[in-house]
Amino acid sequence: MISLRNSLRQFLRDARSQKLRLFLTVFGIVWGTAAVTLLLAFGEGLHRRVLISQKGLGDAIVIAWPSRTSKPWEGLPRGRAVQMTAEDVERIRSEVEEIDRISDEYMRNTRIGTGAKTLSVQVSGVNAEYGVMRNLIPREGGRFLDQRDLDMRRRVVFLGDQLAKDLWGDAVDPVGSQVRLGGVPFLVIGVMVTKDQDSSYSGRDKDKAVIPAPTFQALFGDKYVDNFVFQVLDPQRVPAVKKKVLEVAARKHRFDPEDEEAVQMWDTTEGVKFLNTFFVTFRAFLGIVGALTLVVGGIGVSNIMNVAVEERTKEIGIKMALGAKRRWILNQFLIETLMLTIGGGAIGFAISWGICSVFPSLGLAQYVGDPEISFRVAAITTAILGGIGVVAGYFPARSAASLRPVEALRM
Amino acid sequence: MLFSGKNGKNGKNGKNADVAGNGGIIEMRSLRKVYDTGAILVEALKGIELSVAREEFVAIVGPSGSGKSTLLNIVGCLDVATEGSYLLDGEEVAGMDLDQLADIRNRKVGFVFQSFNLLPHITAFENVEMPLLFQGVGARRRRERVEELFEQVGLSDRMHHRPVELSGGQMQRVAIARALACEPALILADEPTGNLDTTSGRDILGLFEDLAGKGHTLVLITHDMALAQRTRRIVRIQDGRVVEDRPTTQAA
Repeated sequence: MISLRNSLRQFLRDARSQKLRLFLTVFGIVWGTAAVTLLLAFGEGLHRRVLISQKGLGDAIVIAWPSRTSKPWEGLPRGRAVQMTAEDVERIRSEVEEIDRISDEYMRNTRIGTGAKTLSVQVSGVNAEYGVMRNLIPREGGRFLDQRDLDMRRRVVFLGDQLAKDLWGDAVDPVGSQVRLGGVPFLVIGVMVTKDQDSSYSGRDKDKAVIPAPTFQALFGDKYVDNFVFQVLDPQRVPAVKKKVLEVAARKHRFDPEDEEAVQMWDTTEGVKFLNTFFVTFRAFLGIVGALTLVVGGIGVSNIMNVAVEERTKEIGIKMALGAKRRWILNQFLIETLMLTIGGGAIGFAISWGICSVFPSLGLAQYVGDPEISFRVAAITTAILGGIGVVAGYFPARSAASLRPVEALRM
Repeated sequence: MLFSGKNGKNGKNGKNADVAGNGGIIEMRSLRKVYDTGAILVEALKGIELSVAREEFVAIVGPSGSGKSTLLNIVGCLDVATEGSYLLDGEEVAGMDLDQLADIRNRKVGFVFQSFNLLPHITAFENVEMPLLFQGVGARRRRERVEELFEQVGLSDRMHHRPVELSGGQMQRVAIARALACEPALILADEPTGNLDTTSGRDILGLFEDLAGKGHTLVLITHDMALAQRTRRIVRIQDGRVVEDRPTTQAA
């Protein structure tokens, strides 16, 4: 429209005559926008990064270790070992309905060899549900253990990706190959997809070998589980389920159902819950800091526009004498402030976007994650900036438009 | 219409009064302007009776403090009277709000100021274009009109210069082109030669005479009697009243 082109010209003249003040003002907005988007982008990246690492251990699982009693119970002393069997684990499965998946786990260090190469390895005996719970996802062309492997006590093995690499190198797909595990030949049925894992019990999955639990027991003669792992898909119910699991075990092994030492449990959902709460708070904090920075920038814009009105009273008077209506003058100042704020916002956003694009190449992603600029943040920032622009522009614009032409001309 | 009934003193303005009611450009009746300074009321205009017919070339003269500037503001619709009636080209200005005043200034009045009042950061062309912008005239018609105006004031070769690159006389020509842009009913000039050297002043006056000859209505506000004598009629203001209203020797 008429005012847009004219305002733009006006704006550019101001930019020339008041370089420093304009620079500082726009800098405030640029800084504010960049701060908001970058902080939130990095917060989001870090959050995702931590969640991915967290999921390396498993998706909302509980790991339980039968241990020793810490309280006396029905005349029995404390300090008794609790030794659980596959049968006990099956009992828990049948008695605690809320459990979606459960697996016993036996562990042992042994040697694994291809004939050409022999390494020391930790081998776990588990059931078919274990893979899903622990995110042991097979690479294409392979599979995890299945129920038939367990039923038939097959000598099949699922390998961690690093272990497979150590044995065969990168070039060979070991699926279908034979390995010797504790001196017995096994068929490799799958290799794990590479995953991030920031926490573990007894080593990373990438270095492990996994075989069917019955095969493990037959081979090594283990009667008691080292631990068992279960999953409750509704994280809200995990505390209650843990309690029930402890009760079932306590009844069988005769210990105090309140004795949490007897079967120790690690609830990974607690970590996730903590992280979620932490990141919500963290982002709220970042958002507030950013928003305040923007508001300060807005005050700066308002200030520069106020000065502009004073300096341009004469000009406003001339325009009024030539027939400019109040709305025209009002629009001129509003458009100018909007240009300042939106322009500053766009620059700030571009800077953030640039930083976020360059960041992955710095190789820091594995520690802090890649920042992710979200469209929602962009939209909200733009809305806040527009709002600030309107508010910041309104008062100077109003004082400009309320000048009486006679007075304005007299300046 | 409005004024003819309530005003019985039409004849007082001499031979120009006969235009009342049949298309006079300026028709002022019992016009008063009172400034409220807070402590005291200052009556700047104490009942002005003034008629200016179409195609007249009038000088309004008077010493400073006479109310001359106040009258200029009201004639130019930059301000409104406290009391009385003012018809500009048949439109009653009394009681108009700010936007209506802006509109009537845009359509009916072309201003020429002593200090030119050109916007310094845009070109001469854009200055002249501005009132057309306010009127919402399309780009092509604006350009045609502005080019025509520059030709009329003899500055076609300076159209795209900024005011600082022009001489005083040239700036005033640009201002006159701007005043003519919307084909106003009235051209109102406030000491138009006051900031010019003698040669440029004569130039500008020549331009005004030319415009008057072409049928424009011009009102010139000045304290320079030599200048006033070049118009066709002199209206003298003193102490907020019209004290003299006579044709000049040029009028013949």
